[in-house]
Amino acid sequence: MRKVIFLICILALVAVPVFAQDSSQATPPATEEAISDTGSAAATPEATEGATKWQCPDGFQGQTLSVFNWTTYVADNTISDFERLCGVKVTYDTYTSNEDLLARLKGGNPGYDVIVPSDHMVATMIQLGIVQPLDLDKIPNFANVSESLKNPVYDPGNKYSVPYQWGTVVIGYNKAKVGHDVTSWNDLFNYTGGKVAWLDDERAMLGIALTMLGDDANSTDETQIDAARDFLIAHGSNVAAIASDDGQAMLERGDVDMTVEYSGDIYQIMSNCNCQDYGFVIPKEGTNLWIDNLAIPTGAPNKPLADAFIDYILDPQVGADISNYTAYASPNQAAIDQKLIDPELLSNEAIYPPADVRDHWFTILPNTDQETIYNDAWDAIKASLGTS
Amino acid sequence: MAETVAAPQHTRQIVTINRAQMRRDFAVRRAGKIGVIVEPIFAYFFLWAPILLLVIFSFDNSRSISNWQGFTLEWYQHIFNDVVGGDTNFSTALMLHSLGNSLLVATVATTIATIIGTMVALSLVRGNFPGKQYIDGLLFLPVVIPEITQAISLLIFFSTIFDVVHRTTGVVGTAGFGTIIIGHVAFNISYVAIVVRARLADMNPHLEEAARDLGANEWRTFWRVTFPLILPGILSGALLAFTLSLDDFVITFFNSAPGLTTLPVFVYGLLKLTVTPEINAISTLILVASTLLIGISIAMQGRNAATAAA
Repeated sequence: MRKVIFLICILALVAVPVFAQDSSQATPPATEEAISDTGSAAATPEATEGATKWQCPDGFQGQTLSVFNWTTYVADNTISDFERLCGVKVTYDTYTSNEDLLARLKGGNPGYDVIVPSDHMVATMIQLGIVQPLDLDKIPNFANVSESLKNPVYDPGNKYSVPYQWGTVVIGYNKAKVGHDVTSWNDLFNYTGGKVAWLDDERAMLGIALTMLGDDANSTDETQIDAARDFLIAHGSNVAAIASDDGQAMLERGDVDMTVEYSGDIYQIMSNCNCQDYGFVIPKEGTNLWIDNLAIPTGAPNKPLADAFIDYILDPQVGADISNYTAYASPNQAAIDQKLIDPELLSNEAIYPPADVRDHWFTILPNTDQETIYNDAWDAIKASLGTS
Repeated sequence: MAETVAAPQHTRQIVTINRAQMRRDFAVRRAGKIGVIVEPIFAYFFLWAPILLLVIFSFDNSRSISNWQGFTLEWYQHIFNDVVGGDTNFSTALMLHSLGNSLLVATVATTIATIIGTMVALSLVRGNFPGKQYIDGLLFLPVVIPEITQAISLLIFFSTIFDVVHRTTGVVGTAGFGTIIIGHVAFNISYVAIVVRARLADMNPHLEEAARDLGANEWRTFWRVTFPLILPGILSGALLAFTLSLDDFVITFFNSAPGLTTLPVFVYGLLKLTVTPEINAISTLILVASTLLIGISIAMQGRNAATAAA
């Protein structure tokens, strides 16, 4: 017993100086500078607090807005600036996947005003009546959205949603280990020099296989989907893992030489390591384009403020801050034209692809009838590769 | 003659068999001795190595979670700054807000579940009423049914209740702290009751009878005899409930409302982007805090045992 008390005392003695050191570090300016130097990764440039010229419409003072989004999917100053400009209070809650979001809202909206569903989820939510039409009159900044991203297939006329961030599924690779530039999906599927990782996104991976076989990425034909399944199984001998959005970490650790991942994730490890070891590419055959969107769920307690918030997000400066933080692409053409996007990001063709790449990419549509065929195909692939 | 020769041969045969068996037995025993030493090393390695790594990486000067880049206290600094209300960043503030929610929910739910769970255990062991065995069986239900089933059924249950209340009285109910806490209490009661019941079953019932023989009423008997004896069981039940509450993702997510994101929900949500290093720092702080708590509780139990012995 005495030993335990002794141990606690020791722990306390160790803990106190650590915290004391913590607080003392805040005072000397030299140390603080050093910290901010090492801490700010290239993907998180300094927040430009108060730089936006966006004006809040009158009459929202003292109200509250509830935003439901992925964790840290906004810049540091996004929420605080909006609170200051409108004189409102924002509660920011997080979810983990589109499916979680849907499940949470299906039983009735518990009080969220703004949500951020991905492309195919927008279509599903429109079908189920979970989202309500936007008031585009109240969102004049919608004019800032790039023409190529307006009027998407999943929400014709942008009646229910506006683009928030977008990106592509790319191949990230270790240049030294692969030894040559990767340009095609064949470089991944036929790679024999080591292991690769795939992305655990059934529609994206099967869509890529369908594209390789010359079919529509959103095919509803069972024989075509089965052919895509067999194609992936036949080219899966070098697969180390089907990664659930952590392929970039496997690449960084050296577990794999190539990984299929979302563009922003690969960019983040490239800027972390400050080295020339990694590259990423949108393969020439085309790839999956995904768009996350802002939408207002049915039963939102404060629809007018939600419309104002969406208008605020589409402000060039606000949109640029978010994209500079996440390293995903901004749908905000005005932000790009006004050179508010970090030039290093903007010049990266895997984040902002050239026009010819855009001819080949595909967005995923919800195929409610074929969903089980896709599910079964993906399960069969996982089972036969032994990664399920 | 032939028989007398056969007999010693027979016994000799038995002796040799025994020797071989003994040799095997000794070998097994030796292997067992080595195993007793090696096995815990493995067990503790798997238990503690990942946690140790987490602690180490909480001092890593890099946003990445897999490569060591150098020592820093930056992530602790962020948390410290936020707590004292200084310059902070959005994700740290969000993380600490969700930690606060988690601790509040866990504390309230544990308190309620411990009280009700202990009462259930007492009535199941000491009481005798019709249908006792069914209640006994039902106790294990929340332990064995999948969490997602429980979460969805609670969601449907609450929306039905709110609907009925709204129609009959006009009062509009919404999800919130109340619904999360009811959900947590619902599964925690079982865990507390099972632990406390095990402790009660071990207890000598004659001690209570003796107290009553000496003139104590039931209330006094409970507080002076039963309660001190089952207190370690109640405490371990409460600790278990607290941990389960703090960890819970599914039930919390499905029954929460705006402003009530808890720490597990926050952490899972990080998968979309890269994991922030502050999460390693806060986990280390939680680890230190819980080690201290467990240390204190062991020390207190030790002191109780010492005074009881004296």
